[in-house]
Amino acid sequence: MKKIEAIVRKSKFEDVKKALYEAGIEWFSYWEITGLGKSTEEQVVRGQVFESHFIQRYMLSIVLRDRFLGTTINAIIKAGRTGQMGDGKIFVYDIDEAYRIRTGETGPEALYNKENGNGIAK
Amino acid sequence: MFRMTKRFINIIQGFYKENVMKHLYKFTSVFFLLVLLPLFADAAPVTPHLNTGDTAWMMVATALVMLMTIPGLALFYGGLVRRKNILNVFMQSFMLMAVISIEWVTVGYSLAFGSSTGALAPFIGGSHWFFLHGIHIGDISPYFISHSQPSGEIINGSPVMVGTIPHIAFILFQMMFAVITPALMIGAFAERIKFRGFLIFSVLWALIIYNPVAHWVWSSDGWLARMGALDFAGGTVVHINAGIAALVMAVMLGKRHDYQGHAVPPHNIPFVAIGAALLWFGWFGFNAGSGLAADGLAANAFLVTQIAAATAALTWALLEWFIGGKPTLVGVATGAVAGLVAITPAAGFVGVSGALIIGMTVSVVCFVMVAYVKTKLGYDDTLDAFGVHGMGGIVGALLTGFLASPLVQGGAKGFFYGNPHQLTVQTLAVLATLLYSGGGTFVLFLVVDKLFGLRATPKEEAIGLDEAMHGETAYTVFD
Repeated sequence: MKKIEAIVRKSKFEDVKKALYEAGIEWFSYWEITGLGKSTEEQVVRGQVFESHFIQRYMLSIVLRDRFLGTTINAIIKAGRTGQMGDGKIFVYDIDEAYRIRTGETGPEALYNKENGNGIAK
Repeated sequence: MFRMTKRFINIIQGFYKENVMKHLYKFTSVFFLLVLLPLFADAAPVTPHLNTGDTAWMMVATALVMLMTIPGLALFYGGLVRRKNILNVFMQSFMLMAVISIEWVTVGYSLAFGSSTGALAPFIGGSHWFFLHGIHIGDISPYFISHSQPSGEIINGSPVMVGTIPHIAFILFQMMFAVITPALMIGAFAERIKFRGFLIFSVLWALIIYNPVAHWVWSSDGWLARMGALDFAGGTVVHINAGIAALVMAVMLGKRHDYQGHAVPPHNIPFVAIGAALLWFGWFGFNAGSGLAADGLAANAFLVTQIAAATAALTWALLEWFIGGKPTLVGVATGAVAGLVAITPAAGFVGVSGALIIGMTVSVVCFVMVAYVKTKLGYDDTLDAFGVHGMGGIVGALLTGFLASPLVQGGAKGFFYGNPHQLTVQTLAVLATLLYSGGGTFVLFLVVDKLFGLRATPKEEAIGLDEAMHGETAYTVFD
């Protein structure tokens, strides 16, 4: 099992979401994040134009079976890319164990993207 | 039988005759009284009566002006600061409402609107109305604009005139002005002032800066009033006064530690918009109430208030559209407030064309001030209390000198209506307020800072004044 954490542009979120469904990901969680670094984005407050170091993005968190990893990463890269600086990052982690609280199922069975579920698996 | 009947008829006839005559006599005397009494009116004692329509409107207007400080201004400023400082801004607004109301009935009203004797008379009121001593519920307001009546008292051969509302209603209406003026300054020192120092400073400021300036402009003894300075609802007394004090405070307190030379994005723009909308709404009480009557002058003030706010909001949006590419809600809210500030001194003196000119001009001036001049000069006026209220007030006061139309109030003519002298008087009123309020605030800052401390520590600033000063957080997590 793997976990993908992806930082994507807000403007590309809808495209990425669609691509993930097409790649067989039935469920993921996401939240707004603020990044702070050397990069800047133009911001206007009350007519004052300035370069803001605070940059808003979405962070996506997806736990999936090992064999979905390649297609999912490709889907995110393809859908989330504009070619400009600031398209985001993808991080991949190993997951030691997973449990479904309702049934007590463990391992890959506990994940949303079931092996043979509804013909979604590719 | 016949005799008896005749006698009976005689009795009835007599009775009838007597009564009719009596009634006729009564009627005639009443008629003569009604017709002739007015001719002798001067001789008869006159008692002034309050006008219930005026009184009802003034009570509503007072409540509207109260709404401007809390929650109007509190939301407007609270939304503009960062999330760690919103409660502090609310707290400052609420505490000013509490403290200045008490200051007003104990000493403030007497110092601002009372009269003193001798050389001080044009500059500050006396102590005779401390604790509203001697003011009774039946008293009629000695202050009036368009509705007046003889009080029955005659001094030096001419009748003394009074207004048409209870004296208490006038005191209350003015109380709300005294509350909002120091509250406007919150915008300049937001995010970095100690709460205790702020409270002591604000009370002293109300005492020794607000009260005299209100006396100069609005008391019948005031030296600016006698000179003919026009300030219908407080452009000088409220907005220039608070605006310049705000600038002095911002410079003296110094920049926020993490100030980057530009505005910090507001943490809650819907709050900013709701606050601005409540300010706009309350401003109808502020301006249309300042005629102290429910009449055509009040309706005109209402109209020009609306038109100036609308024009200024639109102008600001267009400026942002052309310059920054997008019109912003914060910009429109700011523009509307700037328009309302600028029409304040003019509301009882200009018509619609004046309101259009004032609304457009003030937005351009304030926009340049906020977007360019402040950045160039580098002072940290957190929420542009000077840029909007100070500059807006100055624009309004000066334009009143140009645009005051005799069609609105016969006695008030501006530069464009053949009275250049009015502009001189307006300029003098602006300069006097800038000097006194600026200088007074400078001295007051030094004293309060020395005795109690005004600047929050870097640590307090970093964790936010909500947590540091009040031990509360608005959104349950820190920022």
